[in-house]
Amino acid sequence: MERIIFYCLAAVIIVFAIASVTSRKMLRSVIYLSFVLISIAGIFFLIDYNFLAAIQLTVYAGGIVVLIIFSVLLVHHIEMELEMAKTSQKILTAIGCLTGLSVFLTAIYSFEFNEINNSLTTTTEDIGTGLLSYKAGGFILPFEVISVLLLAAMIGAIVIAKGKKLTEKNNDPQ
Amino acid sequence: MNSALSITKNIHDWLYEIMPEGVANIVEMVLIALVYLGIFAIAGLFLVLLERRVAAWFQLRIGPNRVGFKGLLQTMADAIKLLSKELTGTEKADKLLYNLAPYFVIISSLMALSVFPFTREFQAFDINIGIFFLIAISSIGVIGILLGGWSSNNKFAMIGAMRSGVQTISYELSIGLSLLTMVIITGSLQLSEIVEVQKSGWLIVQGHIPAVIAFMIYMIAGTAETNRAPFDMVEAESELGAGFHTEYSGMKFAYFFLAEFINMFIIAAIATTVFFGAWLSPFGITESIPVLGVFWFLLKTLILVFLMMWFRWTFPRLRVDQLLTLEWKYLLPINLVNIVIMALLVWHNLTISF
Repeated sequence: MERIIFYCLAAVIIVFAIASVTSRKMLRSVIYLSFVLISIAGIFFLIDYNFLAAIQLTVYAGGIVVLIIFSVLLVHHIEMELEMAKTSQKILTAIGCLTGLSVFLTAIYSFEFNEINNSLTTTTEDIGTGLLSYKAGGFILPFEVISVLLLAAMIGAIVIAKGKKLTEKNNDPQ
Repeated sequence: MNSALSITKNIHDWLYEIMPEGVANIVEMVLIALVYLGIFAIAGLFLVLLERRVAAWFQLRIGPNRVGFKGLLQTMADAIKLLSKELTGTEKADKLLYNLAPYFVIISSLMALSVFPFTREFQAFDINIGIFFLIAISSIGVIGILLGGWSSNNKFAMIGAMRSGVQTISYELSIGLSLLTMVIITGSLQLSEIVEVQKSGWLIVQGHIPAVIAFMIYMIAGTAETNRAPFDMVEAESELGAGFHTEYSGMKFAYFFLAEFINMFIIAAIATTVFFGAWLSPFGITESIPVLGVFWFLLKTLILVFLMMWFRWTFPRLRVDQLLTLEWKYLLPINLVNIVIMALLVWHNLTISF
């Protein structure tokens, strides 16, 4: 049963991943991409990793795809189609992708995976204490670094959005 | 006592008797899906009827009263009429996305419906991150609205879709944070455990002042999330025709319409589960009859739905800038302070529990 579901999800992922790079209509590619991301969430549900699945749905399907759709809505007209790439570019990209894929596949096939037979789901409590623990195996440093990065991004966004008003205010007293 | 609840168990046993395990498993899944589809359709239709009756009551009219007893079958008749209508569409629309959009909206609300604990036994999917799953799913529905607005190749629809995107993205924050405030008390995201915690007092009583503030923020943000008046700029009739679904007709329009009402039901049901004890009866008066859980759940949910309808027919529509000011300058700061207060309360054991 689980095997069938896995193959269904895998087929969906592969078909829509190819569709999203070959489609010449921009918004359609975004939708195909969202199908890929949602099916990946499905695979996380399949291995009982519910938290990561929900994160995948919120952050990728709900957040990033919505933002991409938003920007497409702003800049793209419905009758426009993306232009085809040059042949030389196509060949270069194909070579690059194949090299990447071969590295990826050799890495996967040279590693011996151990089968673990526990069906223990990770609770949010474990994740929370793991993120805040400063002992060995804790993630407090990356957590804090990422929070500083996010803060910087937020301040940057506000400065860009309000740019003109801020500089005008600063220049006034002179 | 368990007569109604053991029906599901009997069906389960019977299915496994007459079929091999794999097939029985699939048949069971299909049956559960059909039950939820039935709930979806019936709840949607009767919420539309309720809305019309409540609207009529607020405007001193009688409302639909001809079809069936006291007009009970009015919306059924409407649905049949919509089924028989022609599906029109614009010539230069992106047909694929145009047809796909209603399904995004309807599937996401159907998935959200599956996690609610209607009673102790009647819960299809008791996932250990229940509330988080609900927030995740509700963020997908907006894709359908954006798609529908863009692919109909109509300026009004496009503006409606853009407004909806802005509104949903901003108000999702408030919904998430106000639910997080309550999660601090429960210490769990699983809906059945949240109900379990409320056996010693509903959360709105346990958390007293911050809980009431969180509830108010949740109801405001929830009304905005479902795109209903006073936050209905998405389909502001006087400005945009019908907003993102201007070009939709027949059953495709009905999908959007039903999904809006089901989303309202979902928002009210989340509030019931998190703030008002889901299927628990007040003061435990019917604890010996678990079947009545469904009754209490629906009663509380419908009261909250009525509250949202009350909003709709009382307040005038906000402008876009007022809407964003409300969210980013008022609700969000209040919410952040509220979380800290709630954390302090829980830390010092100042919650009320019986």
